[in-house]
Amino acid sequence: MSVGFATLLYKEVLRFWKVSFQTVAAPVLTALLYLMIFSHVLESQVRVHGVVYTAFLIPGLVMMSALQNAFANSSSSLIQSKVTGSVVFVLLPPISYVEFYLAYVVAAVLRGLMVGIGVLLVTSWFAVPTFVAPGWILAFIVLGGGIMGTLGMVAGIWADKFDQLAAFQNFLVMPLTMLSGVFYSIHSLPAFWQQVSHFNPVFYMIDGFRYGFFGVSDVDPQTSLAVVGATFLIVSAATLILLRSGYKLRS
Amino acid sequence: MHPAVAIDQVEKRFGALRALDGVSLRIEPGDFFGLLGPNGAGKTTLISCLAGLVRPDSGRLLVQGHDVVNDYRAARRLLGVVPQELVFDPFFSVRETLRIQSGYFGIRRNDDWIDEILANLDLTSKADINMRRLSGGMKRRVLVAQALVHKPPVIVLDEPTAGVDVELRQGLWQFIRRLNRAGHTVILTTHYLEEAETLCGRIAMLKQGRVVALDTTSNLLARFSGQTLRLRLAKPDRMPVTLRQRATADGDAWNIQLANLNEMEGVLAALREATCPIDDLRLTQTDLEDVFLGVMQAADSTQEARR
Repeated sequence: MSVGFATLLYKEVLRFWKVSFQTVAAPVLTALLYLMIFSHVLESQVRVHGVVYTAFLIPGLVMMSALQNAFANSSSSLIQSKVTGSVVFVLLPPISYVEFYLAYVVAAVLRGLMVGIGVLLVTSWFAVPTFVAPGWILAFIVLGGGIMGTLGMVAGIWADKFDQLAAFQNFLVMPLTMLSGVFYSIHSLPAFWQQVSHFNPVFYMIDGFRYGFFGVSDVDPQTSLAVVGATFLIVSAATLILLRSGYKLRS
Repeated sequence: MHPAVAIDQVEKRFGALRALDGVSLRIEPGDFFGLLGPNGAGKTTLISCLAGLVRPDSGRLLVQGHDVVNDYRAARRLLGVVPQELVFDPFFSVRETLRIQSGYFGIRRNDDWIDEILANLDLTSKADINMRRLSGGMKRRVLVAQALVHKPPVIVLDEPTAGVDVELRQGLWQFIRRLNRAGHTVILTTHYLEEAETLCGRIAMLKQGRVVALDTTSNLLARFSGQTLRLRLAKPDRMPVTLRQRATADGDAWNIQLANLNEMEGVLAALREATCPIDDLRLTQTDLEDVFLGVMQAADSTQEARR
């Protein structure tokens, strides 16, 4: 591991850690609010996959928060340094585009993991989580965070202004994560919307992640892992090509 | 031995604008090199090409023999660039900023050198203060410090003294001169021609993306040697054609270069003959500003001729 890569990773982690009240504590609180409201309304009426609704909801909230924050980390870091001009400090040194990519994505995954662990800790007070298959849990949160961290890089590089980034976040990331089966099993949906959900890669991230907790899921976790793994490879390759070309970073 | 910087036929277009129109330059190791030109001449674009921030459309740039595109890691390790814009990372203190910058260049423990830079730039007392809380002049010093963390053999300063107080300017130049004497090549763009005149051994002048003059500072001064006669005329339209060809306009006055003082007699005689009364007359030693204006006007007329 080169010193340049390690330093850029360290800087990216330090950046969000220095404002962790906003970057870690705030999303944990948001997830807690979702849980309190939905479990209050639905706890007594709904069981999904044979588990009580609150227990079903927790892994979905953990994953959704992790994914949204992985995206937010790389995208906001890049747009901020582009807007302020301080991006030159990472463009002038002899850091290769592969190291550049890895540093931003690993930092995004770490922020996702921290937020995810935070959500799990505060929500465990409502329902004690079970960990049927921890390996699956880890695989899905790391790959899912990697995908969203990569998409965050693309969005941060592409956007010239904060409102363009906000559009990316509100009209793409939010619908993909909210409509992915965080709050429901897709078997409860009409057939058409079940089909549509199968085209959303975030659905497989959530479904596979939840399998790690309960050992039951909407689709076979191996299928989910294949879809998520392939998605990760595709978006990574596309982003590496983008970075090598210098798109929007080196004119 | 490789030149510190070799630039060969570099062209860069931004849409219809030719920012660089075939620039070639060679800068030798140990040079203190000045890059001068009016706004929009292409100075910053050229430096950005050298630093890998802008990709040239054609041509090559080498830093100590390393191509800035194909061999960018070696080239960038040899280069320390002080950007023109006052930029900073608001999350970190001065020392954190410099440690991180060292790491980017592959240097892990660099505190001895960081302390030395801080002392030389009068930043020691600010080392643990967040970047956001520094004044503009202080931020500028940190930018210089950031460019020097990896002891680059080639230092590029893009208008480092714009908007900086006199005290810092003096201190900064002392430090940069010492680095230059220790063997670092220095490339400087500046708007302060005085600065270029006292610091730079060689100078290139750019205009509209082309090199219009390239020589040692002393040769450039000699080319316009002697005195400048600055005249303000009551009836400028009566100025004889022979004089007008030699004169360059400077506001409402005219500058005429004299090789020696004897030439002044001829100028005055021509004016008397044309009954062209003089409002004001001043005689000054040629400085780089006169050279600059002269070269820029000459470039204008060749550009006209080419059209």
